[in-house]
Amino acid sequence: MNDRRFNVLLSFAALVIVFIFAGFLFTLVVQSLPAAKQEGAAFLYGSEWNPVTTRFGALPFIIGTLMTSAIALVIAIPLSLSAGIVMGEYVNSGWVRSVLNTLINVLASIPSVVFGLWGIEVVIPLVRKLALLVGAPPYGAGILSASLVLAIMIIPYMSSMTREALVNVPAGLREGAFALGLTKQEVVTGIALPFAKKSIFAGILLSLGRALGETMAVTMLIGNATRIPKSLFSLGNTLASVIASQFNEAASEVHRSAMMGLALILLVITMIAGWFGRTLMSKGMGAYGK
Amino acid sequence: MENNVFAGQYKGRKRKDILFRVAVLVPAGIVVALLFLIMAQVVVNGGKALNLDFFFQQQKPFGEVGGGIVQAIAGTLMVLAVAIVIALPFSLLTSLYLYEHKGSKRAEGLLNVVNTLQGIPSIVIGVVIYTWVVVPLRTFSAFAGGIALSIVMLPLMISMIKESLDMVPVSYLEAALALGVPRWRAVVEIVVPAAASGILEATGLGIARATGETAPLIFTSFGNPFLSLNFGDLSRRSPW
Repeated sequence: MNDRRFNVLLSFAALVIVFIFAGFLFTLVVQSLPAAKQEGAAFLYGSEWNPVTTRFGALPFIIGTLMTSAIALVIAIPLSLSAGIVMGEYVNSGWVRSVLNTLINVLASIPSVVFGLWGIEVVIPLVRKLALLVGAPPYGAGILSASLVLAIMIIPYMSSMTREALVNVPAGLREGAFALGLTKQEVVTGIALPFAKKSIFAGILLSLGRALGETMAVTMLIGNATRIPKSLFSLGNTLASVIASQFNEAASEVHRSAMMGLALILLVITMIAGWFGRTLMSKGMGAYGK
Repeated sequence: MENNVFAGQYKGRKRKDILFRVAVLVPAGIVVALLFLIMAQVVVNGGKALNLDFFFQQQKPFGEVGGGIVQAIAGTLMVLAVAIVIALPFSLLTSLYLYEHKGSKRAEGLLNVVNTLQGIPSIVIGVVIYTWVVVPLRTFSAFAGGIALSIVMLPLMISMIKESLDMVPVSYLEAALALGVPRWRAVVEIVVPAAASGILEATGLGIARATGETAPLIFTSFGNPFLSLNFGDLSRRSPW
C-alpha cells in the first residue's frame, strides 16, 4: 500500500457510486423503451391504463401522485411551521425540548407500513364517516385517506427542519431586535422567519420528495384504482403504489416495461424536487438574511 | 403612561403578540397530541399480540390460530447482514474520497450524486435491483434484498461519515504528516479512528433506516412463509 494505491482505491469506490446512479438512469430508460415505443408520447398523457388490452397511459398515476402530495403539503405546512416555530422560539425549558425532539425523531423513523396499518385502523373509518356526511361514496380508502397519512408522515421532517432553520438564525439579530423593543411576534415574523425562509422552503421541498416517493402506506390506503381521481373521496393510485401493487403480477413484457417507465417518471419528479430544495438550502445558508 | 403617545400603539402590538402565540401554540399542540396518540395506539394495540411464541414460532397456515414471526426476524437479520457487508466498506471509502478531495470539483460532483441517490424513492431502487440481480439469478433472494437495502443505506451513511471525518481536527492529520507518516497511513490510522464513534452512529442509523424499508424488498427478497437460513432463498422480513 502506498499513497497512490490508496487514492486509486478511494477513486474506485467513488466511481462505483457514480456508476450506480448512472446505471439506475440507464436501466430505467432501456427497460421502459418497449412501452414507450408502443405508446409513444401518449405514455405520458394517456388516461387509460389497462394491462388486459395493453393500453398504458401514466396520467392517472401522475395526477394521483401530485394530488396526494399536494394535499399532504397543504395539511402539513401550517401544522409543521407552527410546531417548528414553537420548538425553535417558544420552548425554553430543556426537558420539554428534549421530549419533543425525541418524539419527533421516533416518529420520523417509524416504518411506513406501520403508518399504513395505523391508517387502515384509524383514518379509513373516519374518512368513511366523513364521506357519508357529505354524500360521497363511502369507500374509506382513497385520495383523502392517503393524503392525511402522508401529511402525518412528513410533519416530523418538516417541523424539525423548520426548527433547525430558526435555531440557525444568528443570536445577534434577535438580541438587537429585542433591544429595540420589538415584541416576540415581531421578532419571529419580522426577523427570524425572513432570515430562515430559504432553509424552511428547502425543508418543505425535501419533505415533498419523501411524499412523492412514499410507497407502502399509500398503497395500503389509496384503494388502487387505475382511473383519474375525480374527487377527494375517489379511489386512486400513485406512481409508487401502482408499481408496488402490479409489478410482481405483470402480465406481459410491455406491462413490466410500462412500470419501468413509471419508475423513471417518479425518479425524474423527485430529482427535480430534491435538486431545487438543495439549491435553495445552499443559498439559504449563505450571507445574512437575503 | 396615559400621556404617552405610544401607549395605544403598544397595546395593539402586545395584543398581536398574544394572538400570534396562540396561533402557533394551538396547531403545535395538535401536532404533539396527534403524534403521542399514534405512538400510544401502536404500542397498546401491538402489545396485545406479543408473547414469546410470537417471536420464536413459525407462521401458521392461514386460518389457524397462533404462530409467530421467527422467519420474518431471521429474514430481516439476513438481509441486513448482506446490506451492511456491502454498504459499510463502500460508504467508508467514498467518504474518505470526499475527505481527501475536499473542495475539488470532483468531490462536489460526487456529493451531488450522493444527495441525488438519497432522494431516489425506495420503490425505484427495488425495481432496478430486480432487473440487476433477480432477473439474472432467476430467483428472489435474501441476497438481492440485501443489495437493494445497501443502496438505501449508502448515501445516508456516506454523508454522515463524511461529516464525522470533517469534524476531526486538521491538526491531528498535520501532526502525523509532520512526523513523516505517509498520508494514507495518517488518514487510515489517525483520522478514521478519531471519527470512529461517528462512523458507528452512521452505521446504526443506516441499519435503522434499512430495517423499516419495505418497498425495495417486495421485488427482491419477495417473502417466504417458511424459515430459511439460505441466503439464496426467498426471505420474509418483518414489515412485509
